[in-house]
Amino acid sequence: MEHYGEQTASGFLTVSAESKEPYADDVRDRLHQDAQAIIARYPVKRSALLPMLHLVQSVDGYIAGRGVSFCADELDLTEAEVSGVATFYTQYKRHPNGEYTVGVCTNTLCAVMGGDRIWDVVSEHLGVEHDETTTDGKITLERVECNAACDFAPVVMVNWEFYDNQTPESTIALVDDLRAGTPVKPTRGPERQVTFKEMSRVLAGFPDGLADQGVGAGPATLEGLRVAHEHNWTAPPSSYVSAPADPAQLAGAAKDERVVVRDAAGESLEGARQATGTQQAGE
Amino acid sequence: MTTLTPILSKFWDHPQSWTLQTYAENDGYQALRKALGMEQSALVGMTKDSGLRGRGGAGFPTGMKWSFLPPPDGGPRYLVVNADESEPGTCKDIPLMMAAPHFLIEGVAITSYAIGCNHAFIYLRGEVVHVYRRLLRAVEEAYAAGHLGKNIHGSGFDLDVTVHSGAGAYICGEETALLDSLEGRRGQPRSKPPFPAVAGLYARPTVVNNVESIASIPPILLHGADWFAGMGTETSKGFGIFSLSGHVTRPGQYEAPLGITLRELLDMAGGMRHGKQLKFWTPGGSSTPLFTDAHLDIPLDFDSVAKAGSMLGTRALQIFDETTCVVRAVDRWTDFYKHESCGKCTPCREGTWWLKQILGRLEHGVGDEEDLEKLLDICDNILGRSFCALGDGATSPVTSSIEYFRDEYIAHLSGGGCPFDRDASALFVKETSSV
Repeated sequence: MEHYGEQTASGFLTVSAESKEPYADDVRDRLHQDAQAIIARYPVKRSALLPMLHLVQSVDGYIAGRGVSFCADELDLTEAEVSGVATFYTQYKRHPNGEYTVGVCTNTLCAVMGGDRIWDVVSEHLGVEHDETTTDGKITLERVECNAACDFAPVVMVNWEFYDNQTPESTIALVDDLRAGTPVKPTRGPERQVTFKEMSRVLAGFPDGLADQGVGAGPATLEGLRVAHEHNWTAPPSSYVSAPADPAQLAGAAKDERVVVRDAAGESLEGARQATGTQQAGE
Repeated sequence: MTTLTPILSKFWDHPQSWTLQTYAENDGYQALRKALGMEQSALVGMTKDSGLRGRGGAGFPTGMKWSFLPPPDGGPRYLVVNADESEPGTCKDIPLMMAAPHFLIEGVAITSYAIGCNHAFIYLRGEVVHVYRRLLRAVEEAYAAGHLGKNIHGSGFDLDVTVHSGAGAYICGEETALLDSLEGRRGQPRSKPPFPAVAGLYARPTVVNNVESIASIPPILLHGADWFAGMGTETSKGFGIFSLSGHVTRPGQYEAPLGITLRELLDMAGGMRHGKQLKFWTPGGSSTPLFTDAHLDIPLDFDSVAKAGSMLGTRALQIFDETTCVVRAVDRWTDFYKHESCGKCTPCREGTWWLKQILGRLEHGVGDEEDLEKLLDICDNILGRSFCALGDGATSPVTSSIEYFRDEYIAHLSGGGCPFDRDASALFVKETSSV
């Protein structure tokens, strides 16, 4: 397969029936509450738009017409303004996405290290091309750009979790497992692979409690540190003497004060919002 | 000989390196306590004295950037951290935030105090969900421990931090496009002036700094500006993370003083893979002109790299050996720039499209030698004429590859196609013979 820069309209021409149906009342109420929590993070309301688009994707699995209308309503924007933003960013999908976005990095470094071969093999195996979804609705295949993991090339992303140092064989096993519902685990990520909708909710800024799972660093991340240990290399000395860690602050950290923190943050944002109020009104 | 200086990477091998507890055991938030007892101007002065230059690519002096903010007028001022790491080859901020996010959070708190900001933002690219989880968790821990929030450690200083996820757009790494994106708009660069220091986020005075720049502030404050300035070179002081990738035996993150050479780094990384010859490499990502094996001993600092015709950029050392076709590599990077061009200005929007048309067919042996002149002419019409650095960056691989590898372009034409075997450069070259 070769690409001289053409884009096809394949997959962009159909709009699902639900796209124009209104949200059920309970869904809309929950979305509204979440939207209020997002808006509270920013001094100016419109800043909530990107996370809110992630939020509607967490319900619809793509940016449906009703998601655009919802964002416009909540943020006092026109639907055209919301669509203009939604179509600018590649993570907002214009048609229903599979349960798993499988992204093969085919930017230069990964492509050369084997990403092109992985792409060819996986695309043929699944029978889909870029931004197309398998008929079982499980996998949307994408060519992705550099994902900041070049030292782990070739890299494959599933719903934006890292699968490092892939081969054609490992990637085929990965997509087969995803389609069969066999649990898979990212190389540097949580203990389980989350779905596209679950991932979208995290990107809207709602933690899923998985932050403490998985490794802090992969092997390549630690190469320099390993070499430094081997040679006993350290940073130059300074006059600073390490103080023992303060036990009081650790005790505070251990408590889950998620809710309290959110309220406090919202409260102190009020001042900033008032300060910028004139600009907001002028928009 | 230059040796490595693990500072930000010092405890990345701890099994729970990302937690507040691990950070606290490694002097975490001691610098914040020190900062809160200092004058704001002293902190700006310290950062200037350290010689720290921005680690996001351009290398602008960080302390000077802070000092450009106009005097307080009673309204809000903002710190925005650029965590939109997307430059091809660049992979330092993402592992830093995954392994030790509290360096960044503490740096944000100190910097915010120094510049008089009460609400800071971290703009993270959207394609790294686990890093987003880690940042959200780190901010939550920092609030709970009183490092963020109201009246931090009784100082009277208030700070809120919002971690914001992007949605897939390379252009948002450009600071004014990032601000537009953070305001809920299409991420397109703004006309400068006014610079963000005067009219940034919500048209208020704003400092935009890279992740690694801000993460370097706590160690500088703890150990002193002199300590930091004692590393590196005269005009490129301190340490930085060097990211080795590609055809090297042990790719990875190597934290070292600026001014280290690729020869030294390659030696630490076990040399070229399978003893092959180094063919070309990028010193700082795909937007920095290519180097070859003739540049192994160039000190990797801002000025030496610039003098040799490229840019230090983000120290993203993508290394390619003799099995790699340079036309294929440049064709693919050009694909990237064409895809990521935001469309705001004509030279970049149209120019990257034409570059892709021509490079795409050259890689397949279609075209003639005049196409090389056409490529250079198009680059000449993009470089310095596009709205932001994305367009400039798109020309770097094209012009530098024609400069160093003109014969290889010609070979594609005379041979009627690419003379290289794609699979020979793959990592799994041995295992895939049966595929």
